Amino acid sequence: MTRVLIPSGALGLGYERAALARGVANRPDIIAIDGGSTDSGPSYLGRGVSKYSRASTKAEWRELMQARAEAGVPLVIGTAGTCGADSAVDWLYQITEELAAELGQKLRVARLYSGQNSAELTKALAAGQVTPLPAAPPISPDILASCSNIVALAGAEQIQAALATGADIVIAGRTTDTAIIAALPLLRGDHPGGVWHGAKVGECGAIATTNPATGTIQIDFDARGFTFTPLGASARATPYTVSAHMLYENSDPFILHEPGGHLDVTGTHYQALNAREVRVEGSKWVPAPYTVKLEGARVAGYQTVSLALLRDRRYVEGARAWADAVIGEVHAKVAARLGQPADAYDLEIRLIGIDATLGALENAVSLPTEVGALAIVTAPTEALAAEIAKMVNPYLLHHALEEDEPMPTFAFPFSPAEMNRGALYEFCLNHVLQVSDPMVPFRLVVSEVGNG
Amino acid sequence: MAELGSIVEKVRSKNAGPFWLTIDVFCGNSDAFARVAALSTARVAALFGVDEAAMKRFDIADLNVVKFSVPRPVIQGTRADRDMHGAAWGCLLAELPLD
Repeated sequence: MTRVLIPSGALGLGYERAALARGVANRPDIIAIDGGSTDSGPSYLGRGVSKYSRASTKAEWRELMQARAEAGVPLVIGTAGTCGADSAVDWLYQITEELAAELGQKLRVARLYSGQNSAELTKALAAGQVTPLPAAPPISPDILASCSNIVALAGAEQIQAALATGADIVIAGRTTDTAIIAALPLLRGDHPGGVWHGAKVGECGAIATTNPATGTIQIDFDARGFTFTPLGASARATPYTVSAHMLYENSDPFILHEPGGHLDVTGTHYQALNAREVRVEGSKWVPAPYTVKLEGARVAGYQTVSLALLRDRRYVEGARAWADAVIGEVHAKVAARLGQPADAYDLEIRLIGIDATLGALENAVSLPTEVGALAIVTAPTEALAAEIAKMVNPYLLHHALEEDEPMPTFAFPFSPAEMNRGALYEFCLNHVLQVSDPMVPFRLVVSEVGNG
Repeated sequence: MAELGSIVEKVRSKNAGPFWLTIDVFCGNSDAFARVAALSTARVAALFGVDEAAMKRFDIADLNVVKFSVPRPVIQGTRADRDMHGAAWGCLLAELPLD
């Protein structure tokens, strides 16, 4: 039997302190927490940075390092620093060094790096070892070379290798969400289908319970399946909350692909052990040739945005025609003054209050009190985006629906009116890489930190 | 004609990675499940502006859940994307009138 303590769905999301203390008192074999995902978009991977504040991350990591010391077991984080790029691993490692010194802990720390070299991947692409997943964009050596970061998603094997170093703390770059939970139970021979299924249910902390905000859960893995126990005082797990979790952020609720195979839960049985714990058996692990998924992000232009507010009812009613007219005027001015044709950049005005969220799919019609006109300029350089956005400004401020009406003025919340957003990144890989050995695309570095 | 959202417990939409969206309809009981399950896949595909053949659909009677997964018409975070987390797609389905 292997007991895994999961403090929350991600470092930075928070958890109930009493629930974590209960988990430590239950003598877990390992503490595992996720550190990120792609869900906040490509900028984090593109820049190799964390989405969460350093102070928040440090505050929660401090408590988990204290919990680890008390439990006397390894602490593992996957997808460190939101994106799991090498720079994000280094960021959390530096925080760990600071905390080890502050807490008087002497620790062995293993860093698992997931960053990929585009030249090596180009060779793999030529050798037919990189294959697309459904809905993957086309790739080429040029696209690989243009990525600012490419990561491979580690599975259980690479986390096991990190644990085998005797590390007190494992800081892993990009991993699958489940790998950090699955690694130790698999190493100890627990039921593989049960392990991967439990890891999927547990990877979001208490989301698979009646009270997600409590965060902390515990999973006991064994030879036949797993037992899921919420640790928040008010949180309950039921066969419904646990089985429904396979739906979460998963395009197929019965199948989950992982390095080296897939989980199949079509024959799984869920049983309530009591009012708050659930027993799960019958999940299947189906082995396949070993592959790791790739993620990459690259710069797709630079953006400057500006926001004006239309409150005059006639302009609210005519917002679309007004925005289209503004775009036409700007294109003419940019061509005349910058010599840039309309296809050399992109100018869009999203109407907040009308259809900014859904665009062409919006089918609700109503007259709002006001409309936000969000102008977005995307251009090949930061300077050009900023220059064009400044040319948009006179129109956002004063453009009239009719030629013969007195000049209107619209509301602006900011000065300066333009906000430079810097680089726009895009995800450009949804592929898997065949590997001869799970460790080949990854690097493991072990060091001692702190004193105690 | 009732809107779908008024007869079910919850409609949730999320990214399933940067290239897919998934919309879960938690019907709450078998009657509501039967009404949602009666929706044609073609109608839902048209609502989302996606090719019906590319859409995955799961009618899960044990959970009273109907799930739709679609390739994202625009990849998450690209210039044309308006909804980084795929949060609002469920609203379209929740507001769909049922027969």
